[in-house]
Amino acid sequence: MTTAVSVQNLTVSYDDFKALDAVGVDVAAGESFGLVGESGSGKSTLLRAVAGLAPVTEGTIRVENRQLQGARRDKAFYRSVQMVFQDPYGSLHPRQTVDRQLLEPLAIHGIGDGERRILKALDEVGLGSGFRFRYPHQLSGGQRQRIAIARALILEPSILLLDEPTSALDASVQAEVLNLLEQVRRDRKLTFIMVSHDLGVVTHMCDRLAVMQNGRVVERLSSADLVAGRIGEDYTRNLMVASKGFRRG
Amino acid sequence: MSALLTVTDLRVRFPTRTGVVEAVRGVSFTLGRERLGIVGESGSGKSQTGRAIMGLTPPHAEVTAKTLSFGDIDLISAPPKVRRDLRGKRIAMILQDPKYSLNPVMSIGRQIVETLRRHESVSRSEARERALDMLAAVQIRDPARVFDLYPHEVSGGMGQRAMIAMMLVAGPELLIADEPTSALDVTVQLEVLSILDKLVADRGMGLIFVSHDLRLVSSFCDRVLVMYAGKIVEEIAASDLASAKHPYTQGLLNCMPVIGADRHPLPVLDRKPEWAL
Repeated sequence: MTTAVSVQNLTVSYDDFKALDAVGVDVAAGESFGLVGESGSGKSTLLRAVAGLAPVTEGTIRVENRQLQGARRDKAFYRSVQMVFQDPYGSLHPRQTVDRQLLEPLAIHGIGDGERRILKALDEVGLGSGFRFRYPHQLSGGQRQRIAIARALILEPSILLLDEPTSALDASVQAEVLNLLEQVRRDRKLTFIMVSHDLGVVTHMCDRLAVMQNGRVVERLSSADLVAGRIGEDYTRNLMVASKGFRRG
Repeated sequence: MSALLTVTDLRVRFPTRTGVVEAVRGVSFTLGRERLGIVGESGSGKSQTGRAIMGLTPPHAEVTAKTLSFGDIDLISAPPKVRRDLRGKRIAMILQDPKYSLNPVMSIGRQIVETLRRHESVSRSEARERALDMLAAVQIRDPARVFDLYPHEVSGGMGQRAMIAMMLVAGPELLIADEPTSALDVTVQLEVLSILDKLVADRGMGLIFVSHDLRLVSSFCDRVLVMYAGKIVEEIAASDLASAKHPYTQGLLNCMPVIGADRHPLPVLDRKPEWAL
């Protein structure tokens, strides 16, 4: 199996603070890989470093066998790697219609046939063409996240970076968005790297996962191991207990 | 069990340019000294129900009810002075995100003391003592240090514990918790919940726990009201949740991904228009 994303010895520092401390992760092509941990554990920073949004001080990132230098990414990179952010209220331009937001990546990459692609992208995320000329404030949270997914998919990438894509959504809407993500992954044979604090979501979506704490990977395991309770680290076990819900002690 | 709070046919309306939006449409329930959960999606009116009881509905909105009484006090006809005296003293509310609900330019200790001094005539030093005791009660290890910290200097979990301390320091009889742990990490959530649970049980308070997480609410409360489109669609004892009858309640229960359950795709809610009637 080929490796889609390979991160070795990656360190990200903000002044004296190490957000990531020598982290290594390998994600195979077509795989769905999860990153879990509490806030501040560095899981989002890892995604952002891959996308070129965090200051890498040490280590290497290889995406589809191309080594990435610094924070600069060329157009070809963005053709193959796209990101969906946590907050659908913050990641869409408030003064642009859905149509313009979807047209922008096409314009940047000089891709024609916008009309057909936009309609197809909207259709794929389960929104009709009636949503095409709406503004973000006219959409619900779940619909916005669908637009953000459509915008990421319109360039037909092979790798999708998902930073807590459903944590701002209601449980019932979360189910719809997760189903959509699974559907597009199956249809397009995408590679997912998904960040979430919810072990339920990660085990549902991902084959393998890495548990992070204080900028380090403390454990790597498969979802099946996690479900079966074959856990090596206490920290992972704590997360597992926490995700089971409240128990009166 | 004497009723602490009686709500009959509560309605909250927001006049807008495009007509009147009814956020809460005829909610009725009574609350004794028990833990009641209110569950629903965003826009179901669960928070507005809590806010109407607290008296925090925005001024342009219209609140009506056949009865909305706290003990013997009729909250609908009560003058603002009476509501102010109730708020914080006998009815308290914990909000979702300590980052926004605490005053950023006031130290945590002063905010707790403020609540106390507003409602009771206590001396400065006694108020400080009680605030420190309260911080200790929410399991903050070094109360004297945290007393002088500002909200931006503490973590989310610590901020929410300070918020709980602030709300409980005047010894309220009814506590409304509006998504008290949604902004916190999963690992911290349980800690905050168990602190809240213990304090509510020890002091025999009535609790209204508002949340979108049905499983969490059912593990925490005695009784659950499920709201959809401003109405209560089902009332159920938390222990009977598995036998919920309304399809909306069942849908909410089933749509969460559960560790170990292999369900692809996840069941989604099939919203029926008649639920909103």
